[in-house]
Amino acid sequence: MAMRPGIHLQAVHFTYPSGFGLARIELFIERGERVAILGPNGSGKTTLLKVMLGLLHPREGEVSFEGNPLERMGRAELARAIAMVPQELLLPYALTAREVVRLGRTPYLHRYRGPTCEDHEAVQAAMAATDLLSSADRPYSELSGGERQRVILAMALAQKPRLLLLDEPTRSLDLSHQLRILSLIRGLNVKHGLTVISSMHDLNLSSLYFDRLVLLSSGRIVADGPPDEVIQPDIIQEVFGVSVLVGQHPTRSIPWVTLLPDKLDLFFAREDGSAETINP
Amino acid sequence: MHPAPQIPPCPPFIKGGWGDFAPRIYVALSALLLLALLIGVMQGAVALSPLTILKILLRSVGIPVGPVTWQAADETILLELRLPRVLGGALVGAALATAGVLFQGLLRNPLADPYIIGTSAGAGFAATVAILVLPTASVLGFGSVALSAFVGGLLAVQLVYRLARVDGRNSPATLLLAGVVVNAVLGYLGSLSILLFEGSEFRLRHIFTWLMGGIAVNDPRQLLATGPIIIVGIVVAYGCAVPLNALTVGEEGAQVLGVDLKREFRRIIALGALLTGAAVSISGLIGFLGLAVPHILRLLIGPDHRRLLPASALAGAAILVLADTAARSILAPTELPVGIFTALLGGPLFLFLLRRNGRESVWR
Repeated sequence: MAMRPGIHLQAVHFTYPSGFGLARIELFIERGERVAILGPNGSGKTTLLKVMLGLLHPREGEVSFEGNPLERMGRAELARAIAMVPQELLLPYALTAREVVRLGRTPYLHRYRGPTCEDHEAVQAAMAATDLLSSADRPYSELSGGERQRVILAMALAQKPRLLLLDEPTRSLDLSHQLRILSLIRGLNVKHGLTVISSMHDLNLSSLYFDRLVLLSSGRIVADGPPDEVIQPDIIQEVFGVSVLVGQHPTRSIPWVTLLPDKLDLFFAREDGSAETINP
Repeated sequence: MHPAPQIPPCPPFIKGGWGDFAPRIYVALSALLLLALLIGVMQGAVALSPLTILKILLRSVGIPVGPVTWQAADETILLELRLPRVLGGALVGAALATAGVLFQGLLRNPLADPYIIGTSAGAGFAATVAILVLPTASVLGFGSVALSAFVGGLLAVQLVYRLARVDGRNSPATLLLAGVVVNAVLGYLGSLSILLFEGSEFRLRHIFTWLMGGIAVNDPRQLLATGPIIIVGIVVAYGCAVPLNALTVGEEGAQVLGVDLKREFRRIIALGALLTGAAVSISGLIGFLGLAVPHILRLLIGPDHRRLLPASALAGAAILVLADTAARSILAPTELPVGIFTALLGGPLFLFLLRRNGRESVWR
């Protein structure tokens, strides 16, 4: 099958004034892929997502979407193509779930005319896809963590994007809601061909729900491929500094990570700044 | 298996792009404004009946209304004194309320008012100097005080905007801080110039009443100049409803939703400054209105800027006309500064609504 172009990052360098950043990023993600971006805290996952959104401009290199450089696309044009699901929303005033989802139509709205049938239908469809129709008129602030996450997802879907970026969508969710949101995202990818790129922390969940893992360390890509290529004990040890045992998921042919107990040692910090680890 | 969820069909009124349009809100507020305007022109040392007012108005635009049953002075009072003043009040109220919505939405701050980024200080300082130096000069019906207030307000906003720019961009936090600093510095410069200017004690009252705010339309031509600025400003402000709504999810979120943040920031600040400057040139510094009206309306009709902007303009106009009528009637013939009445009328109403809504209060 010929690959249709998705988002391409070529020789991308980006540095914050503090010196952190991304270096020599070469990443080609084609339409219809489902990719998880992994890496320790501070390895550049969120920065990478922001570069793909055109929120941060690379110092060198080029980011293009479907063959068009991001710099040459207007903000509204970008918002009709690429949507982002942040970890949470801080709303200054009380909005209902539906009012939040409607904000996703921003890039389609005329400055003076009101929303049209198309906007109305896109909002309904996004809420139906995320199973929110029954809580549409409840205040966002009164929803549970799992429902809020789905509202944010529905807002992004109302943008009718072709590429969906997610920033740790499972964070602060309980186990069943983690699986629910990931199944939902996989469903959107498989059924509607939506390209999905998500930053993730959990290696096992990533293997379960994503076909391709990109592992970042200190702003560089250190591994990129299907789960069984990326999830290897030496790579995990090197990037996360944690010893793991990589086995096989009991019912699926994907790698399964088991933590080895040496990191369950007790850690003591003394007042003079030194520390020691005691193995009980 | 769940059945596929039913998506309700598109309501017919949305088809023409009129989704969200809530006619009841505008009908009610327009009626309130008309009532306020009517009370405003009726009330005064010489009371005019609604019928007389209607007849004089119709005759003045050339429609015959039969025999003249009123005194010639009534016509002068209505057309040259009350009508300009009432219309001026409506324009100022609409402009201040709109600017309040713009700044609260842009800065995502419930304490923002039209003066927050320097207008009041710039206008106040310039007006103080004008009152001290050449209070009687005038251009095109605008006194030197009105003109310098307008220009001073715009210059101060420009100064704040530039001071607040860090790394080529403006953030709400730096804008608010720069606004506070410029407001303080210019405020004290104004006081200093009063202290240093010889003979200033004879003009203190003028300065004080100006700073307290009062509608002063000395020449109807003033309305011909500020009216278009304010009306066009309100229309353009309505076009900022979409980006202002998007800003609910934060600056970065708004950009992800397709808002060109830098452009909208410039546009909304320029718009807010123009509206405020035009208002201040007619009325001096009327406090509280621009802060409270957007809050009151948000509590009544919700935070959607598509409704909030036009509704606040109508309500602001009505409230200021009523407050101004009260300010000039209660201790007639003494006129009280209208700013006192906007605070006395608006404050309790605002608190009542805020407390009634309690936990569901709109701001978080």
